[in-house]
Amino acid sequence: MEKKKITIALAGNPNVGKTTLFNAITGARQHVGNWPGVTVEKKTGKRTYKDTEVEVVDLPGTYSLTAYSLDEVVARDYVVEEKPDVVVQIVDATNLERNLYLTTQLMELGSKVVIALNMWDLAESRGDKIDTRKMEDFLEIPVVKTVANRAEGIDALLEEVVREADKGEHHEHEVSYGDDIEKKIIELEKIVGKDSALSGKYPVRWLSVKLLDGDENILEKIEGSSVATQVNSVLSAIKKEDYEAAMAEKRYETINTVLPQVCVKCVKEVTFSDMIDRVVTNKYLGIPVFLAMMWAAFEVTFTVATPLMEFVDMFFGWLAGVVAQSITNPVLGSLLGDGIVAGVGAVMIFLPNILLLFLMISLLEDSGYMARAAFVMDKLMYKIGLNGRSFIPLLMGFGCNVPAIMATRTIEDEKDRLVTILVNPFISCGARLPVYLMLAGAFFGRQAGTVIFGIYILGIIVAILSAKLIRGTVVKGKPSPFIMELPPYRLPTLKASAIHMWEKGSIYLKKAGTIILAGVVFVWLLSAIPAPGVDAAFASEEILGTEDSLVGVLGHIIEPLVAPLGFDWKVAVALVFGFIAKEIVIGSMGVLYGTGEDEDALAEILTAGSMTPLTALGLMVFTLLYAPCIACVGVVKKETGSWKWTLFMVAYGTTLAWIAAFLIFRIGTAIGWGL
Amino acid sequence: MSETTLNLLEPGSKAKVIQITGRGSARRRILDMGMVPGAEIEVIRKAPMGDPLEFLVKGYNLSLRKAEAELIVVQPLGV
Ligand SMILES: Nc1nc2c(ncn2[C@@H]2O[C@H](COP(=O)(O)OP(=O)(O)OP(=O)(O)O)[C@@H](O)[C@H]2O)c(=O)[nH]1
Ligand SMILES: [Mg+2]
Repeated sequence: MEKKKITIALAGNPNVGKTTLFNAITGARQHVGNWPGVTVEKKTGKRTYKDTEVEVVDLPGTYSLTAYSLDEVVARDYVVEEKPDVVVQIVDATNLERNLYLTTQLMELGSKVVIALNMWDLAESRGDKIDTRKMEDFLEIPVVKTVANRAEGIDALLEEVVREADKGEHHEHEVSYGDDIEKKIIELEKIVGKDSALSGKYPVRWLSVKLLDGDENILEKIEGSSVATQVNSVLSAIKKEDYEAAMAEKRYETINTVLPQVCVKCVKEVTFSDMIDRVVTNKYLGIPVFLAMMWAAFEVTFTVATPLMEFVDMFFGWLAGVVAQSITNPVLGSLLGDGIVAGVGAVMIFLPNILLLFLMISLLEDSGYMARAAFVMDKLMYKIGLNGRSFIPLLMGFGCNVPAIMATRTIEDEKDRLVTILVNPFISCGARLPVYLMLAGAFFGRQAGTVIFGIYILGIIVAILSAKLIRGTVVKGKPSPFIMELPPYRLPTLKASAIHMWEKGSIYLKKAGTIILAGVVFVWLLSAIPAPGVDAAFASEEILGTEDSLVGVLGHIIEPLVAPLGFDWKVAVALVFGFIAKEIVIGSMGVLYGTGEDEDALAEILTAGSMTPLTALGLMVFTLLYAPCIACVGVVKKETGSWKWTLFMVAYGTTLAWIAAFLIFRIGTAIGWGL
Repeated sequence: MSETTLNLLEPGSKAKVIQITGRGSARRRILDMGMVPGAEIEVIRKAPMGDPLEFLVKGYNLSLRKAEAELIVVQPLGV
């Protein structure tokens, strides 16, 4: 039998559990977090339920079908233009009133809606009594209770969805807006109905309602249609602002006539959250608490990882030994030992740190603190010309700048968004951490932690000052409003955090096995090929990683660029390849300084060589500030849509990096420090 | 008490929304999020640096800057 195919969209307010539900239905592992705006793109998955193939589309959250920011546009466009067979609206059972506002809009649009009444566990545990039967009767929409994070209610939901998709004709439900507004709606309906292109695609009443709502997207559609002048003459005769307010009010009124009967008993206060907030957003404690949390997160990533690193280190030491003994072919042995083990191993040692870093970030995201950080920091962000919302992508940047830059889609103001993107790479990502760990560990001994913390702080300071500078010169404009929901705190579950950590950890492993491996092998290859005019065999001992190899020649060409910073040609090569991925800075150094056969770790070789604490510090600062990796440059281009801004960012960062490293080296040398 | 704007209320006070002044997309967003005429609001707290403010509206917590709160005309309710 031919399988039926249907497409369903998961829509709803931000942070109600859409992605959690998506993961539960499809078995995917998309990113979940307890703050509004986690999902910024639509994601598709599949699930076969009985004899129906269900294509499931997870959407960004939206409060209203009149979109406000880019991520909401994605959700609106999908529901309005693509017309999925069924829209599953995920409704937060602990916050019915505001969630049902979107329901009224979906009903007006005429979508077939099924409500997943999610977070049922939370509603129940705080003693809410919701009559889902009554809810179904009033709304004429099927309602299914779900607990997405425990995958409860999924089959019941799919059953309802398939049944709804099978239903034939479907009628739009109406919110009644009262005589005055209804009169205008009818007037507009008559006009809009005349344009068959529009009325064939969208419900006429819905178009009229949206016009009175002042929805720019619909206004644009009308602008290009045959009825533009007539519609405009109706709209220009009314006071837009009054209509907008009255219509929102009416929708809430409609909900409020239903709610008391549906919500037999509904608690309003979130006392547990309030208690925490009294501390973390307290007038005096708010900022110290934020800083203390950052410090704690940093301490954990740094100190807890140290004993674990020994294991990884031992493993690679052992591997190097095995390779050296068992592989007799010298070229192959060198590729494995001097290339892969030395290069990839130098990066892999820091896996424990990376895992812990992501664990910390996931705790931050799942607890609900993220939105508070935006709240606490908004004033500061305002002073530098940004918005509290920009703070969330900046915090995410500590993990990886790529998703962080995508997260800026929740920022409504275009200029705010652009500046948040441009300064994001200064927030030091997880890929740069191995570089600091290795260098600080080698040169600063017990002070290593402090030095690395300082590097992070420097990144933040540069980001802030750059934002202020850019906002005050090339991207001028008025500050944008800060409108943000503060979700209740939830205790992060160990399982969710562990999955989160593992997801990120495996991405890191994959990166080590692909792009870092490739980069490192390439560097090894360059260092194994004899330089022109040098009479030596390929990959022979005496040329590997020396000036007599091809890499030596190339290194010497670019060396003058970084010589004023006190870097030698090996560092120059490492920095060039670090553009592919920042970990390769360390990987390349592992190959070039040669850690393969001898037991010595890269750190020991470096301290014994020409590098000083001063140049190490300069190198750390340079790595922090210079051009971000290829993936990051790519996402900046994609999100800004402009090569001009992308190149600006690369040039600006690299210039800053050069100047900073230069100053460190010159001033340090002048005062005779660290030599 | 007579009508005032939301930015002038102290934490702990409650009020009823009379109207939202201003215009544009931010205003509409504020309306969509439940700050509609007739809605009851409680001022929860100020952020550590004095701005933004946090409100309880429609059973959830919403944060707005003073600049936006100033657009919201309210009638304070007795405690
Ligand atoms: N207790 C409980 N928590 C849930 C439930 N469903 C989701 N959560 C949690 O709610 C938070 C938000 O979940 P997400 O799936 O990221 O929400 P979303 O709707 O995709 O959010 P955006 O992408 O930001 O719009 C996460 O912390 C989840 O673990 C549920 O049924 N019960
Ligand atoms: Mg999501």
